Amino acid sequence: MRNLILLDAVYKPSDDIVARTIEGELIIVPLVAGIGDMEDDLFTLNASGNDIWRRLDGKTTVRRIIQDLAKEYAATPDAMTRDVIGLLRELLKRRMLVETRVP
Amino acid sequence: MSTHAYNIRKASRRARRSSRNPVRLPHLDIELTERCDNNCIHCSINRPPQDAQARARELTASEWKGILSQAADLQALTVRFTGGEPLLRDDFEDIYLHARRLGLRVVLFTNARNLTERRADLLARHPPLEPVEVSVYGMRPATYEAVSRVRGSFREFWNGIRRLQTRRIPFIVKGALLPQNVADQDRFETWARTLPRMRRPPASLVLFSLRERRDSPARNARIRALRPAPEAVIACLERHADDNRRSLREFCSRFPSPPSRALFPCGAGCTPSVDAYGKLQPCLSLRDPSWVYDVRAVPIREALARLAPRLRRKTAMRSSYRSRCARCFIRGLCEQCPARSWSEHGTLDTPVRYYCHVAHAQARWLGLLPPGEKAWNVHQPKTRIQRMQSEILHAQPHPSRRRLQTV
Ligand code: SF4
Ligand code: SF4
Repeated sequence: MRNLILLDAVYKPSDDIVARTIEGELIIVPLVAGIGDMEDDLFTLNASGNDIWRRLDGKTTVRRIIQDLAKEYAATPDAMTRDVIGLLRELLKRRMLVETRVP
Repeated sequence: MSTHAYNIRKASRRARRSSRNPVRLPHLDIELTERCDNNCIHCSINRPPQDAQARARELTASEWKGILSQAADLQALTVRFTGGEPLLRDDFEDIYLHARRLGLRVVLFTNARNLTERRADLLARHPPLEPVEVSVYGMRPATYEAVSRVRGSFREFWNGIRRLQTRRIPFIVKGALLPQNVADQDRFETWARTLPRMRRPPASLVLFSLRERRDSPARNARIRALRPAPEAVIACLERHADDNRRSLREFCSRFPSPPSRALFPCGAGCTPSVDAYGKLQPCLSLRDPSWVYDVRAVPIREALARLAPRLRRKTAMRSSYRSRCARCFIRGLCEQCPARSWSEHGTLDTPVRYYCHVAHAQARWLGLLPPGEKAWNVHQPKTRIQRMQSEILHAQPHPSRRRLQTV
């Protein structure tokens, strides 16, 4: 896995997890071993993490996600870049995302 | 959004209950088969492993998959696979993987005898996300097989345990305390303490249920003969007296008032179960035919929608129930419930004497009742519970007090 996250890269949820919405909350359920620290961890994202996750659809570039969210949250592009890249790193580390197209 | 406004964290593991969703299904129990490769002397459900008639009536893998998909659509997060012995099904892997791919956590109840290398690999690769729950009937071949009544079963059970251990698959163990294996109890508890997921002594089945299908007086007679007397139940509690007293008192104090005539104040209907033949029951134990729905004919959502108002409206009619259980402040200690009443008496509201005696013995042990007094005659149950609560406080410093003492 590449450590570098390029702004033109595209990501989608990995087949190693199942993302479910239960009572309005996103729950990430591991399907294979080794995703959580314990073998039975489930994960969730807060509302802003959820907004990023919903855009990780295998079509939208990271750059586009940052632009859209900066507008939606009235945030500076720099702050938004830090947030989005930060979450992507975390998700990639846990094998919850895969890159689908490298520019 | 600000820096690090995103947040990935571990999700709560508790089954969720919706207040908005009229049809709720946080959890579904499914009995994959009633067949079992053991033939335990206390068991109320098992049928022979090769029972062709039972096998022919069982839901197919694709029917089970449809049921699991419905459960996921109704937002279930957990399913429990039980039986009989769920691993007896040749298509277990198919059904299990379907559940996992839907994002369901699976609680697997098993005797571990059919945990082959291949199945253990499957559980290691696609973890159930809940500890496997293994029933242990003895710690030596002689004791185990005196309960299971199958030669060679101990060795297979032990191989299953080893396979879980080698692959570090989380599991917990539980027992059934019987005259045949009581001599192994210390050994069982000592071993259980060495298991990483066992944080407290293993639970042991003691108050054996009769056959819920009410179709075998011979089997019921055998089970009745195995039931320990109330004094023997107290002797079991005495094994870990402090822990048991504390947890029973805490549990009891959650039910300070007697229940009303409502028969189902429990979770019946919220955590339903589907039996091996596709009958949806309000809970795992209630098999009264007038309360079950055939999910081959009715979608689960509809069955639950029909069931909920019936469960809410159902009240006890029998005078023995209304003058006793409906006024009883130790209901929390008692196994009495409509399902037990059904298996023992064929009605939903007949108090079960055995459970009543055991609950009273426990209440006396906890200091809630003096000898001879009946729980339904207590006029101010809250005072008793409050007195017990203050004893709990004195017996064990509250965490905040403990902290103050150490400063
Ligand atoms: S292993 Fe469980 S289901 Fe099988 S006979 Fe024993 S108690 Fe019954
Ligand atoms: S202790 Fe007796 S009266 Fe109380 S709930 Fe149980 S069966 Fe009913």
